[in-house]
Amino acid sequence: MTQDATPAPASPFAYAPAPESTSVVDLRASYGLFVDGAFVDGRGESFTTLNPATEQPLAEVAAADSADVDAAVKAARRAQERVWGRMPGRERAKYLFRIARIIQERSRELAVLESLDNGKPIKESRDVDVPMVAAWFFYYAGWADKLEHAGYGTTPVGVAGQVIPWNFPLMMLAWKVAPALACGNTVVLKPAETTPLTALLFAEICQQADLPAGVVNVLTGAGETGRLVVAHDDVDKVAFTGSTEVGRQIARAVAGTRKRVTLELGGKAANIVFDDAAIDQAVEGTVNGIFFNQGHVCCAGSRLLVQESIAEEVLDRLRARMSTLRVGDPLDKNTDVGAINSREQLDRINELAAVGEEEGAGRWAPDCELPSTGYWFRPTIFTGVTQAHRIAREEVFGPVLSVLTFRTPAEAVEKANNTPYGLSAGVWTEKGSRILWMAERLRAGVVWANTFNKFDPTSPFGGYQESGYGREGGRHGLAAYLQEENR
Amino acid sequence: MSRDRTRRDADRIDVRKTYKLYVGGAFPRSESARSYEVTDARGGFLANASLASRKDGRDAVVAARKAFGSWSARTPYNRGQVVYRIAEVLESRRDQLEREVREATGVNAAGARAEVDQAVDRLVWYAGWADKLAQVVGNANPVAGPYFNLSSPEPTGVVAVLAPASPLLGLVSVVAPVITTGNTCVVVASQPHPLPAITLAEVMATADLPGGVVNVLTGHQGEIAPWLASHLDVDGLDLTGVDDVDLARDLEVAAADNLKRVRRPGPEDLAADPRLDRMTRFVETKTVWHPVGT
Repeated sequence: MTQDATPAPASPFAYAPAPESTSVVDLRASYGLFVDGAFVDGRGESFTTLNPATEQPLAEVAAADSADVDAAVKAARRAQERVWGRMPGRERAKYLFRIARIIQERSRELAVLESLDNGKPIKESRDVDVPMVAAWFFYYAGWADKLEHAGYGTTPVGVAGQVIPWNFPLMMLAWKVAPALACGNTVVLKPAETTPLTALLFAEICQQADLPAGVVNVLTGAGETGRLVVAHDDVDKVAFTGSTEVGRQIARAVAGTRKRVTLELGGKAANIVFDDAAIDQAVEGTVNGIFFNQGHVCCAGSRLLVQESIAEEVLDRLRARMSTLRVGDPLDKNTDVGAINSREQLDRINELAAVGEEEGAGRWAPDCELPSTGYWFRPTIFTGVTQAHRIAREEVFGPVLSVLTFRTPAEAVEKANNTPYGLSAGVWTEKGSRILWMAERLRAGVVWANTFNKFDPTSPFGGYQESGYGREGGRHGLAAYLQEENR
Repeated sequence: MSRDRTRRDADRIDVRKTYKLYVGGAFPRSESARSYEVTDARGGFLANASLASRKDGRDAVVAARKAFGSWSARTPYNRGQVVYRIAEVLESRRDQLEREVREATGVNAAGARAEVDQAVDRLVWYAGWADKLAQVVGNANPVAGPYFNLSSPEPTGVVAVLAPASPLLGLVSVVAPVITTGNTCVVVASQPHPLPAITLAEVMATADLPGGVVNVLTGHQGEIAPWLASHLDVDGLDLTGVDDVDLARDLEVAAADNLKRVRRPGPEDLAADPRLDRMTRFVETKTVWHPVGT
């Protein structure tokens, strides 16, 4: 153990709390559905969305039943055929640019609301999520009048039914809505049950941008509402981000129909650290890879594969770094790890962590104080993990890292690829030729070399194997929203 | 083999060809020891073809998986050479294939000749794509930050292909794009017209194509296809040759278990110039990020 690898002593400087004000958010007691340009009551049983950091209710939200889904799809169809699909691309572009600008103007409001509803640290919603959302609309705005250069034809698919998860509520909305609209489609979007509020604020932004009625429809509700959207006969294209199990159900549901589908599902990414890597950077990348957004990231680097010769040193530095992570109030600007999004998810993380212990892996978490209410889980690592352990195979979707070792590059590749998933992977080494060798062999849609968890609207994202199909982002992201005739 | 030829010379008895499966570069009989009668367009006996079983399907998937690593790792230049070599060998066997196409479908000599021409030309067309697809569907992505960021296509893996009834051109049209991009495949040949498929397999076996890259099963589509569709080591499913809508739906449902990439059946003129979609359906896009710095 080297001198710098010893755990950092308690800092002599205490962090004063630095909470972000919530006054910028005008939270209403109840929210309706957004259908055909207006907010309407839902016919399903409304539900409460909680602040996961306090367990306090934030608002009552309407749930869409089949009649609501039908109304939204009809509105979307009408808008697609009469207005949006016929509009010249350069005009569609202007609306998307407008939306991007309003997102920038209202970025603070969006970030605070996102952190309230989701539990993610304000520094992430403020510095990552919302800027990315604006960038996504800017990027696809520019495509709207350039589709003939993309190589996928210029004919929109029609009405897109989009179902998105709770881990990046706004960002996933942008990933889905921006390319769909740029290509001339209209959308019916179903945000996650636990994080509906920013989608509804986005609906207001659509109104502010004077987006024609029916182009964007937002239906809140639980899984059943999502199923109704996916199954609706008049939906032409289904886009889903979420669990692999639900992805399978959707693939079955659209079988034999004319519906097109893209799925962005789970992952169990390996972050591979070689003995010649810049270790502090690798440790920082590992921490970012698994503890960013409480590990609620489908491409999270949830398996650390470290070369045996440096395993002890890396683990020491990792524990030292983890000891400096601040867990707590998502609205505190110093917070690194926020609240787990829901009780249900916390239970699942607890369950899998318990399995990790039962199966003999070594559990470690820094000794940090957690708030007394809300859903919390300490950043945790498991050492001595083998490929057979459930925590090395199943997606935990929480701040839990499994540490495995390897000796040779070939073994690293084999272990990294030994999963039905194939969304992402990370490689840390100073040797360029080895990076390229590894990148070629890793069966994953995104390979981050000497970095991790980077996203950009110009860059395709999506998985191999059971991580789903289709790509979001970049020129490739247009393919899902244009008809296939001309390829 | 046809009666016309046996009558040609009364003193000589034809040596009839036994058509077998093509799995892992070898020509086994079905492990089930079954065969079925293949007839010509007028119902006359042509030959017995092997009736592949579920176990043959599994063996073929194993062979395709085994071949995937080295085939996908070959340079696109080399894969293009091999696909072009298939075209060369096919050209040299055109008389045989013309006869088989004619016997199978009843098309006239000019029609059979045209089909073989097109099949050869199509292989040549795909051969040239092997080292160009990445340039056409890949991207350098100008991300907002100091990163080198490149997206390139990669083969999906093992693809199960249900070939259409068009016994040679249709078969080449569905197989060539899959292997040109680096995938390996298990092909269920046209049930009524399987013989040109086995002859094409003989062409591939002598055209530098490694064993296992293409595996050809003859038999009942409805019997073998469900096992391929639900096989967890199959990554893609091409339903082009499935005419039965209920079967197509069932296969697509089965394919959902491991989220196979599915190419659905649909009205399509296989004689028309192909587009990129048959290649892009069975490739993944991999995006690699690397920081830029000094």
